[in-house]
Amino acid sequence: MLVALGESPWEGLTSLASGAFGSGDRIAATMVKATPLILVGAGISIAFRTSVVNIGGEGQIVAGALLSTFVALAIPDVPRVLLVPIVMLAGLVGGGIAGAIPGALKAYTSVNEILSTIMLNIIMLQFMNFLLRGPLIDPLEVEAGTRIPQTERLSDNAALPTLIPGSRLHLGVVIALFAAAAAWLLLWRTPLGFRLRAVGHSPAAARAAGIKVKRHVTYALSISGSLGGLAGAILVFGSESQRMVTDGSTAGFTGSAGFNGIVTALFGGLHPLWTIPSAVLFGGLLTGATNLQRVLQVPAALAVALNGIVVIFVVSSNRVRSALEAMIQSRSEFNSTSPTDEPEPETFIEEVKQA
Amino acid sequence: MSQFFTLGVMVTVVASGIRLATPYLLASLGETIGQRSGVLNLGVDGIMLLAAFGAYYAALKTGNLWLAVLVALGTGLFVGIIYALITVSLHAAQGISGIGIFLFGLGFSDLLFQVWVGTPLPIPRKLPALAIPGLSDIPYVGDALFRHNLMTYGAFLLVPAVMFLLQRTTFGMNVRAVGENPQAADSLGVSVERTRFVAILLGSSAAGLAGASLVLQGGIFQANLTNGLGFIAIAIVYFGAWRPLGAMVGSLLYGLVQASVVQLKVQGTIPRGASDLAAMAPAIITILALVFLAGRVKAPAALTRPFARH
Repeated sequence: MLVALGESPWEGLTSLASGAFGSGDRIAATMVKATPLILVGAGISIAFRTSVVNIGGEGQIVAGALLSTFVALAIPDVPRVLLVPIVMLAGLVGGGIAGAIPGALKAYTSVNEILSTIMLNIIMLQFMNFLLRGPLIDPLEVEAGTRIPQTERLSDNAALPTLIPGSRLHLGVVIALFAAAAAWLLLWRTPLGFRLRAVGHSPAAARAAGIKVKRHVTYALSISGSLGGLAGAILVFGSESQRMVTDGSTAGFTGSAGFNGIVTALFGGLHPLWTIPSAVLFGGLLTGATNLQRVLQVPAALAVALNGIVVIFVVSSNRVRSALEAMIQSRSEFNSTSPTDEPEPETFIEEVKQA
Repeated sequence: MSQFFTLGVMVTVVASGIRLATPYLLASLGETIGQRSGVLNLGVDGIMLLAAFGAYYAALKTGNLWLAVLVALGTGLFVGIIYALITVSLHAAQGISGIGIFLFGLGFSDLLFQVWVGTPLPIPRKLPALAIPGLSDIPYVGDALFRHNLMTYGAFLLVPAVMFLLQRTTFGMNVRAVGENPQAADSLGVSVERTRFVAILLGSSAAGLAGASLVLQGGIFQANLTNGLGFIAIAIVYFGAWRPLGAMVGSLLYGLVQASVVQLKVQGTIPRGASDLAAMAPAIITILALVFLAGRVKAPAALTRPFARH
């Protein structure tokens, strides 16, 4: 793509890499960029493993950010050791609600979750714009007449502490790493995770084994959403400005982490722990692209386009692989990859019973 | 509020509502064909963005609107081929492949715009309105319905055309068969792959036209010009129960709501900030409609299921 733009690809790659990992500050910036991607990616992994497609990351991030902002505005004087966990929890709850709505709609009224999550993205965006331009706008902005749609500077007691003094690396990075580990534990080391994966593998077989499928679909989207919401809270309280700002789009606040998290999760093979290196890579791509723009005047939009290409390659190559496997096995005449099919229900029920 | 319900204002709102419905209608009609064949193309928004930039660039450089439409159509067709290769030939998951196309379109259209154009200039001329002789002279009705541009007329004429295509032609029958029961269609000698391939191309070309209409009516391109319009068009397909007429009703609803919000804003009837809340209305209506319709209308049985023959 760089060649097409008339730039040297080597120079492009080196400035991309040096922009991402070239110095301590840049590594810190990359890690900060990777933080929401780790969280959203881990959440997406859980949802996709349950065969729930969560496109609502953007809205869930905003929901978590808004609720944690509310909390920080309501109780600004709580000591820092308490307020930081409280606002993070508020983020989890906010995102969880935004995930539970499409989850419950899918489970109990069979509304397609792809559509409802996309609609919720739109709703949350407008709600954020409304709040930041109206009720929550910084009184100073009104006084000055500039009316920049942003909240007032939120309580310093809610600010995520920085890990290394003088750098931008904050506690949110650690929280994200723990959350990814927790997501892995949940999926592969707990009965709940087993049931979620069973539902994802084959709802019919899971139902036959006595798993409440509808409830678990709702759980999956709620958990996925709450990780997005946590990312939203970290975006607010890990930012230098300590406030929510809108430029009229969700991407302006989230940096498209809701969508890029999908890319991250797919690239990480829908495995919460592999999401971490994958997120660092894409975080690096984002910070590197900013450097590329500075050095070679190549717009940072390049990173978004590259993300799209990555998705396309990953999904097609996965399919190529499984198509080949299917050909070798040639188990059945018609092999539909839809999750509603029942591959070997007997052995699957055995597995469920053993757990 | 009372100012809103005068006849003159109503005519303006209906007229601009119909104009604003055009991209929704084009995109959702195309997506209807694709989904009837069992393919959920989530990349509509990305295709629209790429095609919109193509149309914008062509119009900016040559001033030729026909060429602009042609470029958009070609862009839609080209991206459609890529999407069809991934999902039909390689059996990739449709939803996520579509998100890939969307992200690519979002980033690449912005990239090309910044590199080739840079500063947002309006195109030399927009689509002119054509008054239909006779009909356009009917008081009020004429102004509301018969003074539109060619793309708007074309989009609404496509409604019966797509109905005819789906219900009365062999290809349409194949599309529906492949969307309901690909195995059965395959056993009767209908090529599932070819039918879906063509259905996707028709859909993506229509999405390309939708992108063109956005630019040629608005006169400008910017990053993320569609602002999720392509995703709403997909929701309209569900909303319209996979029927062209339903897609038309849904598109008109969106167009009219959008036009009303703009009108109320211009009149200053709604206070600052409330227009953001008003903009939530279509999305909420869509979710409620989906809840209401779910279980009452049946989606194509094989929707989102890749088909592989063994």
